[in-house]
Order: sequence, then C-alpha cells, then structure tokens
Amino acid sequence: MIHSLFLINHSGDIFLEKHWKSVVSRSVCDYFFEARENAGSPENVPPVLQTPHHYLISIYRDRLFFLSAVQTEVPPLFVIEFLHRVAEMFQDYFGECSEVVIKDNVVIVYELLEEMLDNGFPLATESNVLKEMIRPPTILRSVVNTLTGGSYIGETLPMGQLSTIPWRRSGVKYTNNEAYFDVIEEIDAILDKSGTTVFAEIQGVIEACIKLSGMPDLTLSFMNPRLLDDVSFHPCVRFKRWESERVLSFIPPDGNFTLMTYHVSTQNLVAIPVYVKQSIGFFESGSCGRLDLTVGPKQTMGKTVEGMMITIHMPTAVLSANLTATQGSHTYNPITKVLVWDVGKLNPQKLPNLRGSLSLQSGAPKPEENPSLNINLKIQQLAISGIKVNRLDMYGEKYKPFKGVKYVTKAGRFQVRT
Amino acid sequence: MTPMQKLLQLPVNAVNMVKTVQSQVQGFQEEAKSPVLTPDGGQQTWYNALQPDELRQLRSAGGGGLGGGGGAGDQEERAPLEEGGGITSGQTQLLRHDDLKEMLDSNKDSLKLEAMKRIVAMIARGKNASDLFPAVVKNVACKNIEVKKLVYVYLVRYAEEQQDLALLSISTFQRGLKDPNQLIRASALRVLSSIRVTIIVPIMMLAIKEAASDMSPYVRKTAAHAIPKLYSLDPEQKDQLIEVIEKLLADKTTLVAGSVVMAFEEVCPERIDLIHKNYRKLCNLLIDVEEWGQVVIINMLTRYARTQFLNPNVNESLLEEGGGGGEKTFYGSEEEDEEDVEDKETKVEAAAMAKRKPYVMDPDHRLLLRNTKPLLQSRNAAVVMAVAQLYFHLAPKAEVGVIAKALVRLLRSHSEVQFVVLQNVATMTIKRRGMFEPYLKSFYIRSTDPTQIKVLKLEVLTNLANETNISTILREFQTYIKSMDKDFVAATIQAIGRCATNIGEVRDTCLNGLVQLLSNRDELVVAESVVVIKKLLQMQPEKHSDIIKHMAKLTDNIQVPMARASILWLIGEYCEHVPKIAPDVLRKMAKSFTNEEDIVKLQIINLAAKLYLTNSKQTKLLTQYVLNLAKYDQNYDIRDRARFIRQLIVPTDKSGALSKYAKKLFLALKPAPILESPFKDRDHFQLGSLSHLLNAKTGGYQELPDWPESAPDPSVRNVEQEEVISTGEGRIGLLGDWREVPEWTKCSSREKRKEKKVEKPFYSDSEGESGPTESADSESDSASGSESGSGSEESGSGSESEESEDGSESEADEEDEEEEKEKKKKKKRASIKPVQQSESEQSSEEEEERNSGKKSKQRKSDSESESESDEEDSESESSQSEAESEDSESEAEVKKKKKVTPAKPTCKPAKKEGKKEKKEMSLLDLDDFEPAPSPQVTPVSTFLSNSLVTDLEGLSLTDSVLAPATIAPSSAMKSYELLHRITGEGLSVEYCFSRQPFSPDPHMVAVQVQFTNSAGSEAKNLHMEETKLQSGMRVKEFPEIEVLPAGETATVVMGIDFCDSTQAANFQLCTHTRKFFVSIQPPVGELMTPAFMTENEFKKEQGQLMGMNEITERLKLGDRCQSDHAIVQRVAAAANLSRVPCGSDKECRFAGRTVTSGSLVLVTVATREEGAAQLTVNCEKMVIGTMLVKDVLLALTQ
Repeated sequence: MIHSLFLINHSGDIFLEKHWKSVVSRSVCDYFFEARENAGSPENVPPVLQTPHHYLISIYRDRLFFLSAVQTEVPPLFVIEFLHRVAEMFQDYFGECSEVVIKDNVVIVYELLEEMLDNGFPLATESNVLKEMIRPPTILRSVVNTLTGGSYIGETLPMGQLSTIPWRRSGVKYTNNEAYFDVIEEIDAILDKSGTTVFAEIQGVIEACIKLSGMPDLTLSFMNPRLLDDVSFHPCVRFKRWESERVLSFIPPDGNFTLMTYHVSTQNLVAIPVYVKQSIGFFESGSCGRLDLTVGPKQTMGKTVEGMMITIHMPTAVLSANLTATQGSHTYNPITKVLVWDVGKLNPQKLPNLRGSLSLQSGAPKPEENPSLNINLKIQQLAISGIKVNRLDMYGEKYKPFKGVKYVTKAGRFQVRT
Repeated sequence: MTPMQKLLQLPVNAVNMVKTVQSQVQGFQEEAKSPVLTPDGGQQTWYNALQPDELRQLRSAGGGGLGGGGGAGDQEERAPLEEGGGITSGQTQLLRHDDLKEMLDSNKDSLKLEAMKRIVAMIARGKNASDLFPAVVKNVACKNIEVKKLVYVYLVRYAEEQQDLALLSISTFQRGLKDPNQLIRASALRVLSSIRVTIIVPIMMLAIKEAASDMSPYVRKTAAHAIPKLYSLDPEQKDQLIEVIEKLLADKTTLVAGSVVMAFEEVCPERIDLIHKNYRKLCNLLIDVEEWGQVVIINMLTRYARTQFLNPNVNESLLEEGGGGGEKTFYGSEEEDEEDVEDKETKVEAAAMAKRKPYVMDPDHRLLLRNTKPLLQSRNAAVVMAVAQLYFHLAPKAEVGVIAKALVRLLRSHSEVQFVVLQNVATMTIKRRGMFEPYLKSFYIRSTDPTQIKVLKLEVLTNLANETNISTILREFQTYIKSMDKDFVAATIQAIGRCATNIGEVRDTCLNGLVQLLSNRDELVVAESVVVIKKLLQMQPEKHSDIIKHMAKLTDNIQVPMARASILWLIGEYCEHVPKIAPDVLRKMAKSFTNEEDIVKLQIINLAAKLYLTNSKQTKLLTQYVLNLAKYDQNYDIRDRARFIRQLIVPTDKSGALSKYAKKLFLALKPAPILESPFKDRDHFQLGSLSHLLNAKTGGYQELPDWPESAPDPSVRNVEQEEVISTGEGRIGLLGDWREVPEWTKCSSREKRKEKKVEKPFYSDSEGESGPTESADSESDSASGSESGSGSEESGSGSESEESEDGSESEADEEDEEEEKEKKKKKKRASIKPVQQSESEQSSEEEEERNSGKKSKQRKSDSESESESDEEDSESESSQSEAESEDSESEAEVKKKKKVTPAKPTCKPAKKEGKKEKKEMSLLDLDDFEPAPSPQVTPVSTFLSNSLVTDLEGLSLTDSVLAPATIAPSSAMKSYELLHRITGEGLSVEYCFSRQPFSPDPHMVAVQVQFTNSAGSEAKNLHMEETKLQSGMRVKEFPEIEVLPAGETATVVMGIDFCDSTQAANFQLCTHTRKFFVSIQPPVGELMTPAFMTENEFKKEQGQLMGMNEITERLKLGDRCQSDHAIVQRVAAAANLSRVPCGSDKECRFAGRTVTSGSLVLVTVATREEGAAQLTVNCEKMVIGTMLVKDVLLALTQ
C-alpha cells in the first residue's frame, strides 16, 4: 500500500522522508514539483499523480505537502484519509502541524509513523493507543528529559491495541469527572446579489471533551432527533442503538474527540442570521471603483451575532482600497488581493458600514466580475437548527459526572455573490 | 555538552589533527575498557560516568576546537547538515559518525539513546547513516526499550544494504518470538519480517506460520501483516503463504480480519475460492473491524459478489430501456450509436429473460448489502466510498440511492477528498442520474473552491442537467461565467455547450447566451464561446445564418487564433448560407494573411478553397492571391497545404481524376462533434479505485468481473457452496492441518483441538446445545437448507420477499435435532474430563504451569473471550471470539455428517505423524506459554452437581408445558469471579446466580458464593463486612465460615436486593488475616424471577404495557437458533424468565417479574422468514427493558 512518505514544505524542500518498504529515491518528488509549478496555487495540485514507476498521492495541509508514493492499486481515498489522520496526529501531539515543530520532534514523528503503518498498511491510528506507546512531549517532560536523558517512549506496553475498544485506554482516573459536549452548527449558504438564498444548509458537529474515570457507558439523547438527516459517527457510537432508538450510546475515548457530524434536512428552511447590503462597482474610466457594505442582523433568534468578519477576494486589478468603517477594522492586502473587514459584534441599533473607493491599476480594463463576499460569524448559545440535547446518562460507573452542553452557531461556507 | 564546547568552532585545517587524536582516543578507549570488565562495580560506574566527558575534553584540547566534530548538541548537529557540499562536510560527517559510534559503544543508556536519536533524525532527513551499521546492530539486544525501538527503526531501514551484518540481529528476534508477552512477540515478528534480507526467508516463513497459530489475536494480526512482506521478498513462497492466509481467513476475530484480507489481496487475489467459506463471517464481522480493514474487505467482497451472484438489475434494465427511450432523444447525435448498442443489449437481455425465472436475490447477496449499509455513516471517507462503490456495483437500482447522501456529505471534507469523491460522483451521475438530482444544489460552486474542484463540480452539474432543472443550472452557469478564474470560465462555456447538445429545448437559449458572450471583453471567453458555438452550429447550420454573420463580423476584433480559425472554418463550411459575406471575409483575411498565426493561415487557405469551389466567379483571384502568399510562407505545412490545394481545385491539364471530386472532398457533410463527458464509461473500473481515478489500469488492479452471464441455478450454487464449505472446513478443522501446516505447529493445533473437543461437552453440558455462540460458518447446513427450499418460491421483487417456510423450517429443525443428538452422545463420552479440569484449577500455580500448560492456555482463551463479552455485552463482536472454541467441533461434525471425504486419503498418514510429534510439541509449547492474566470469569466448574440444580429448578418451575430441555438451568449457573486465586492469596471465590428464590427475603436475589482454598494453610473466619451500597440496596450476609481447610471448597448463599438496577454491590470479604474489596454486579437477566401466566393474561398485560414501555427490535436470528428450542434456551439463559404457552408456533413468549418491585417483564420473540425475527420487550421499568433487549438480542443473534 503506502510505500513512502515525504513531507515537503512550502518552498519545496523535502524535510522528512520515511519508507515502509524498500527505499524510494526522493527524486520521485520531482514529478510532484513539476505539477506544483504548473498548478499555480498549492490547492490546485492534483492529489493524484502518475509517474513512470509510482503513483504520488498528496495532500496539502497547514502549508505542508504530505506526499506518499504508492506502487500498486490502492483506493486513493484510503491514502488521503490516512495522510490527514497523520496530520491530525501531529496536531494532537504537538499542538500544531508545522515544519518547525516536526523538525524539532523528528524522532517522535518518526516513531509515530513507524507505529501508524506496518508495511504500508495502517496499524494503530487511534491517538489513545499511540499515546500509550509514545508519549507526547510536554514542556515539563522535555525539561526533565534534557536533564535526565529520560524518554518519551511509554514504559508500558499498549494494551489498548489488544482490546475490542481500541479508542479508549484502560485505567483512566480523574478526580473531577466531567463530560462536555459542544454542539457546533455551521451554515453553508450561497446568497445571490439580491440577498435571496440560492442554497443553504446546516452542518453540525458535536465535539466532546470527556474526562471520566473507568469505563463509562454514556447515552446521549436529543429532544428532536428527527431534525437530523444524515449523520456520521465516531467508531465508538453503537449504530444499532441509533437506528432503533435515535440515541447515541457509546463508550467514549478519553479526552477530546468528534462524536458525530450531522446534516440537517434541507426541507426545513434555514434561517440566515445576517443580511448584507452591498454595492461594489468599477467605473468605466478613471481606474477606480467604489465599495459600500452594510451588514445587519436578520434571523438571530434574539441572540447577538459576534465575530462578524467579511473577506473579499478582489480582482487582480485592484491596487489599493481607501475605505472607512463605522465599526471594526479593515485591511487590504495588495499582494493576495484580499480585503478583510473585521466587524466584531453586530449592533442592531447602529448597523456597521464600510465604504470608500478602490483604486485600480491604471490602464487595466474594468474588471468584468464582482468579487463575492465570504462571511464569518458566530452566535453563542444557539443551535440554529433548533436541535437540543435532552439528557446524558451514564452506566457502568458509580460516580456522578459533571455534564455540560454548549451550543454555537457559525458561518461555514457562507458566500454572498455580488 | 559543556558551554565551552559550544563556543568552540571547528577550523577547517584542524580536521586532520582531530582525526589523529581520535585514533589515539580510540586506543585510549580500548585501554580504558579493560578495567570496565573487572567485577568491581564501583569502578565501573566511575568509568562510565567519566568516559564521555573526559574524551571530549581530551579531544577539544588536542584539536584546538571541536564544536562541529563533537556534534553533541543540537546546534552543532544541525550545522553540518545545512552545509551541503562544503569541503569539510564529508569529513565532519565522518567525524560525527565516529562520535556517534563512541556513544553507541558506551555503557550508558542515555548516551546510546542520544546517539540513536540523532541517527534516526539523520535517517528522517534522508542522510546516509549506513556506515554506522555495525555499531548500531550491536545494541539490538539492549535492555532499554527505547534504545531498542530506535535500533529497530535503523535496522529496518538499512538491513537491506548490509545483509551480512543484519544477520547478527536475527537471534534476538527469534528469542523475542518466544516471549511470554504477546506484544513483544508481535513486535519481534514485525521487525523480523520487515528486514528485507533474502537469506532469512525460511526463518521468516517459520515465524509467520508459528505466529499464525498463536493464541493472541494481536500476534496473528502481525502474522497477517508479515505475509505480504515475505511475499514481496520472495514470491516463490506463494504456495506456503496461501496456506497461512487460508488459515488466518478462518480466524474469527475482528482484529485479524482486515489484515488477512489485505494479505489475500496482495498475495493471491485470484484465489476467490478461499473466500467462499469465510464470506458470511466476513460480512458479519465487518462492522466491528477497524476502519482500514473495512475498506479492504469491502473492496474485496465487491469483487467476490460479482463472481457469485446474479445481476440484480436485469429486470430493471429491461424496463428502463423501454421507458428510457424518451429520455434518449435529448442525446442528439449520440442517439444512434447508443441506441444501437442498447438495442442489442435489450435483445440479448430479452432473450436471457425469456429463459430466466424472475430474479431472486441470493440471501448472501442481501447479507452483504445489509451489513455494509451502516458503514455509510463512518467518519472515514475511505470507508464511505468503499460502501458507495459496493452499492453502485452490486445493489438493485432502487437501493443505490442511499449512497448519494453519504457521498454528498463527503463534499464538506478536505479538498483532496472532494476531488476523489467528485470524480466518482461524476462517473455515477452518467449511469444513475436520478440518484444525485435531489442534491443538485450541493454541487453549486463557490468562488473559493480550487479550480480542479470547480471543474469537477461543473462536470457533475452538466451530467445532472435535464429539461426540468436546466433553467436553474443555466442561471447558475451564468454567474460562473463572470468568475475571475478564466480556466473555470472556459470550462463553464464548454459545459453550456454540452447542455445545449443534450437538451434540445434549451439549445437556442444556450446559443443565444453564447452569442452574447461573443461581445465579452475577455478574449479567452470569446474564443471559447466561438469554439463551442461552432460545434453547436454544426448540428443545424441552416437555421443560424445570422449567428454566422455575427461571427463573421467578429473577425475584426477577435485575436485569439483558435477562435479566428473556428470562425473561418464555419464561414467556409456554410458559405452557401452567407454567400455575400464570405468573399468579403476572405478579402479581409487575404489582406492580413502574413500576420496571422499558422492555424489561422491554414483555415484561410481552407476558406479560399471552399469559396473557389462554390463561388469561383467572385473569389478566383483572391484565392490565387492567398495561395501565392502561402507558397512563400515560412512554415512548410502551409507551403505544402497551398501546393496541395492548388493542384486539387484549379483544374489543369495534369491534374488527375481527383480534381473532379474536389467539391465532394471539401464540402462533404461532416458529422457534428459529439460533446460527451470524459467520465463516460469509466465505470468499468471499480469505483473508488486508483485505476478509476486515472482512467488507466494500474499495477495490481483487479478487474471487476462481469456478472455471471448465464443464471446459475441458485440451489445448485448453494449445494456447491455447501460442499465447498464443508470440505474446506474439514480441511481446516481436522484433516487439513496436518497436510498444510509445518510439523511443529501441526501438533499444537492438533492438540488444542483435541482438548477443545474434550472440553466441548463440558461447555455444552452447562449451556445446552446452543451455547452463547454461533459460528457464522457452521450455519451453512441449516440456512442453506431453507434457502434452497425457498429459493424457487420467492417472488421476483428483489428485496427480501415473503415466503412460506414451513417445509424448510422443519428441515432445519430436524437437522438441528440431529446435531443435538450427536452432541449429546459426545458429551457422555467425555463427561469425565471436566472434573479433571476443575481439579487442575485448584492445583497450585507452578504445578499447573509445568504440567498443564496447554490446559491453562485453553482455559485462558476461554476466560479471555468471556471476559470480553462481559465488559461490553452490547457489543456484538465479542461473540466472534467466543465462537472460536466451539467452532472447530461443529465444523468437524458437519464434516462427519456430510461424509464428504475429499481430504480423507491424506488423513491417516497425517494422523500418525501428528501423534509422533505430539511430545516434541508440548515442549515447544511451554516456551511460549504465557501465564494467564487474571481472568474475570472462569468457565463454570462442576462443583455443583447438575442434578441438584435441575432438581431445585424443578421445584420452582412447575410449568409442565416446558420440555425439560427448554430451560437451561446450568446456563443460569454461569459463574463469575469474585476473588482471584492470586489476589486472594490462595483463596479463590466465585459466585453465580442460582435463580432460586431467596427464602429469607423474597425481594432479594440469591447469590451462591463458592470459596475454594487452594492455599497451603487453612482459612478462618470467612465473613463479609462493610457493605457499600447504593441507596435502597440491601444485602443479607452469608453465615460466617469458621474454618476452610486447605484444598477444600465451601458454598454459601447470600441475598442481595439490587433495587432492580445493575449497580454493583460492593463489600469486603474478610478472612482472619486479610480483607478484600469485592463487588458483585448482576446481569440484568438475573434481576427477575419467572412469573407464570396464561396466554390471555399475557396478552392483557402486554396490552397495558404499550408505548414507552414497549421496546421492539428487529433482528436476524443466529443460524443455530432458528428453532424454537434454541430460542427458548437462549432467552432462558439470558434472563430468568419462564415460558408462556402460546398458540402460534411462530412466537415464543416469556414472562417474569423483577425481584425487588415485582414489575412485569414480558418478552416476545416472533420469528419470521429466513431467520428474521422481532423481539419485543414490555416492561414497566424502561431501563431494565432496554438492557434486557440488549442482552436477549445478543443471545439470539449469536
């Protein structure tokens, strides 16, 4: 399956390589570099490339390329999904996934990769299992280790790998037993020029942070599970229970994990929490244009909209922007041609407004198209779909855990066309 | 690293000096080593501590500065790496390597570790560290686990290059393979098999074979991983490896399944016959296999199903083609070709249909579809894709729709995932457009999508377009045309072109829209539009002369060569429609001829020639002018073309017959180009595969076979399969092992099996015929019996249809009974054994280890599996491991019964061999014997005579309706461990729920506690203390046991009121010396007592417990509990209920009351066809109800 892995940074240096079978020369990456050059932006590099002897499957993440070489037929998603899992594991271990951090922890990274794949086939990809074998670095431990020459490899053997619930380690102990659930909903929408909804849907995810001792068996139920149209679960969730009773029954992994993601059926009309009045135009002559944006709350269920931010990818001809905002700050990056207006909290009494002029490259023709607006926002304590967690029950352990649920609504891929 | 050293820098010219010093240093080191060998511990540590520092100081003094050479700090280490090709780099590297060697040779683990870390860092960066091999390999036996791991990493990387030296490490791994700890065995095998050294192939082979029959599933998994490694190293081993694969395929644990199928796919994907007997098991295990294994198994099963089952869409495709005619008309010119093909297909199919009975889906086919469906909910995109492709390739058309939602969900994932998913969706939308139509809007494009995603979404949208949604799609396309991304705009225009060709109604609209685009300011847009318009016009040019005129005007403005060329071609081709304009265009072109691009020039010549032929009066001179210009062009293509055309069109004396036909040549009717999706016909590749993505066959790709053409008679196939199964299992079970497995493993497995056989009766004795388990394989006889009986009766609906099952049902019953009888016979034969077993339990530990290694091994596996089931009773996977022990027996039985004897001839000699080697084996066995981890549950021991229990049972259960066999009293006696022998310092305590009413208090559950004193001395004053209970719970203590002499057992009864909850009762168990904290947790089934009622009473009570109090669950009965007997037995084993008489033979009813509150518990199991059943539990206490459903389900589905 996966033959070799190369980590490549933004400027095209291979800074880590790992081979699970015979060594594949790093010159194989030259094909990739060629494709990278042709593609323009890194997002446009084809994830699968064919070379005379190998197939290169790559992902681009956190400004790094994870490039794997395979020699025979393999489902491409298999490799892609695995590479993302690797990146997530780095994130999990080191707090971020960047070249510097990987270089600093190269031995741990190498050990991790060694454990995650055996002969190119995934072996242990559960973070709980891996953490038993290879301890993640902490500041304290790295200090202690440098002083004593101590180790990061776990002394104990990973029993989790052997159990039938590999996602949970045994013998978990906490003094405060807590279980928190964040219900995060994202609105994906496309609005057209006039503000009417072209397409809108709600995607939700339940992130859990479970710190419970022993082997708790949890059951989470919803007030209105009928809202959920399509779901995907962490492997710990018992699917049969969901099918029959519409409750989530699971023995949770220890720590943070994504319990489920869901999609709210599209029959329900999606409440769009904000509206944008916009007018962006370029003049036929004079190499300039004007911009006028006003945002206001629409259907917010009585909550305040926070973290409002509008990002606009301007046409390449736009050189600079001379704008004034009644609220928040704005920046225009003339290199990436991105205008960002950070509005902050939305005040329904005094609607924030951004207006001013755009100056264009002299001589350039008037841009044909208007840029679309990408909107970010956040509403605390509201799940826009109306989903509600009913109750959480725990079986199998005797203590009383502390339970909490938090709701947040965010804008996902929220775009306004102009 | 001292600060001083950090400051020091390495001067270039100092290197040589350093080297000489170093050789001295090494000399010194050798001298220094000798005292290390002295037994004086104190001195040794002194040396160790001092050595490295001293050396460094020595060297730094000698070299005058050794920062780089020392390389002990991170800073220094990185510096030389970045130097690249400097003069010093080679030397410093050598130097650093020397330093590393030194560190590796030291006795301090921390130094070794530091060195290894740096070496691994070098490997990670792709630097060569091969010259350190000798120094590293020495440390392979290092005690420090961390050093060891890093050494392994190094070994795996460089062993191939230094084969001879690598051999030094082999013995360490061989030792590791015998380690009592399964994890160490596994890791030894893993590294050993990763070392690519051809000489050790035989060793690897041995190790793999041994590990394949290891008792730890984790080790077996590792063995499965090792198979492809060995195969790639030496393909000659294939035959032997296939044997191992075959063996591992029969493994019942989820841990192994994924890995072994992976090995199967790499080594012998063509041996589809190996799957037959494991097919059902794999289907059933699937949901519990880890996600990566799921992907591999699903892909393999797709291929398998294509060879074994019939195309479920035969009927539909016939209908579809009949009704699809209307749809087809949109396909413009494609129409004819496609319809031809389809006509043929239709005919073929119709012919086939005439012969064929209506389609009936094979139950196995259904099983696969049903068991993969939940995986669409996986978080892993690869799993979802795998299921999706399985459904696409295998499911009846009506059911394929379910995958659309899941695939659309993946579109929110990372862009790489989107890329792959969209490619596959694009292929699917061509065949099954309707499936994705409801999700049309999910494919709308955002300006922030990467271009490659945009283009793919566009492809999907185009495929989805039909006359109802085309207006929305076109409106959407209109916004895309304004995008900044020009490649995307070009793709959009092409997409519009395709929509126009496919959907007749909008052709004019599209054309108008495209014509409007001709006035776009962006040249690329215009050019692309021209090209597309050209293609569209070719379809019906006569209507559109004004568009051609409009385009002719554009020649003044458009500069993009391709567009100009397209316009010129159009004018030339349809010059009759624009007789006035065409010559004028040629005039203009002639004027600018020299400045045009080559492609345009060619078209000008072309236009001139056509005009000359149609309108020579006006254009003769112009043509000649153009041809003359072309004659002297720089490009030889153009010169050639001019010469060629002149000869062709201008009639001269010399010109031959060709010029007569010039007009026909130039103005022939040209077929309109076909605008079709690049994804058309890609579905002959298995979707989701790399080959599909690249649209080319990749190495190792297994073709997706076509459905079997002629309809194999399902019953024939069943019988066939049955035979395959029985022979195959026979081979695995008894005979095959001797033939296939090397000598030294043969015996162990043989012996184990023997043991199992002996133990089996003991099991079945205690749990009745059914036991808690069911092997997926052994179902074959009963299940296939009913299948074959019913197959012809089923209607052709394709889904699981109703069928009358009386005949087949009874057949299965008979078979069951037969089996039962046989088992009973066996039980009797071997009924002495269990006693020995329990004795061995009491015997002291060492003795046991010495004498009965095998026995305890056996026991361990039992207890392991049972404890698993205990831990998570709702998880169905546990059933599989439990099934292990019973399986071999039933397999053997199947074999016997069928009297299928293909393997028999080899049987006898093999048997002899087996016996001969038995003794050797047991010796070997001891090597990898592992002390049993404290088991949570041990199998019931026979201290209570079964007769007593049944007697007692008889007292309480007076219902005469029940046949004695239907209640499994002994299964209720499943005993649990309260205190293990080791923790209890020789005192072991077990408890079981005796299911007797607890006479002192009817609201308590009676718990029978058995004390066994296996310690050397007697235990005194056994009593309990300090009960810690949840509120409401009560305990009636057992009377104190004053003395329990060594080797004796005593049994007492205590009562616990659990308050109808499964909370554990905690208390302390005290002896005269010690106190032990223990707890008793009841399974929910033990919290009730049987209640007796009539059918009418039952119905009445059930009627009152509807709604919230009723829990209904559909299930598929395990194949060994199809009969009433089995169902009753299993329910009775799971819960303390009594059977309620019932008129219908399709229903079994049970009733009971909870012990504490007396709430009614009613259980109904209604059986349906084909092993489907519905379980209904009515209980006032909802918690009890849900938990009971879980338990009963588990009992019934296994």
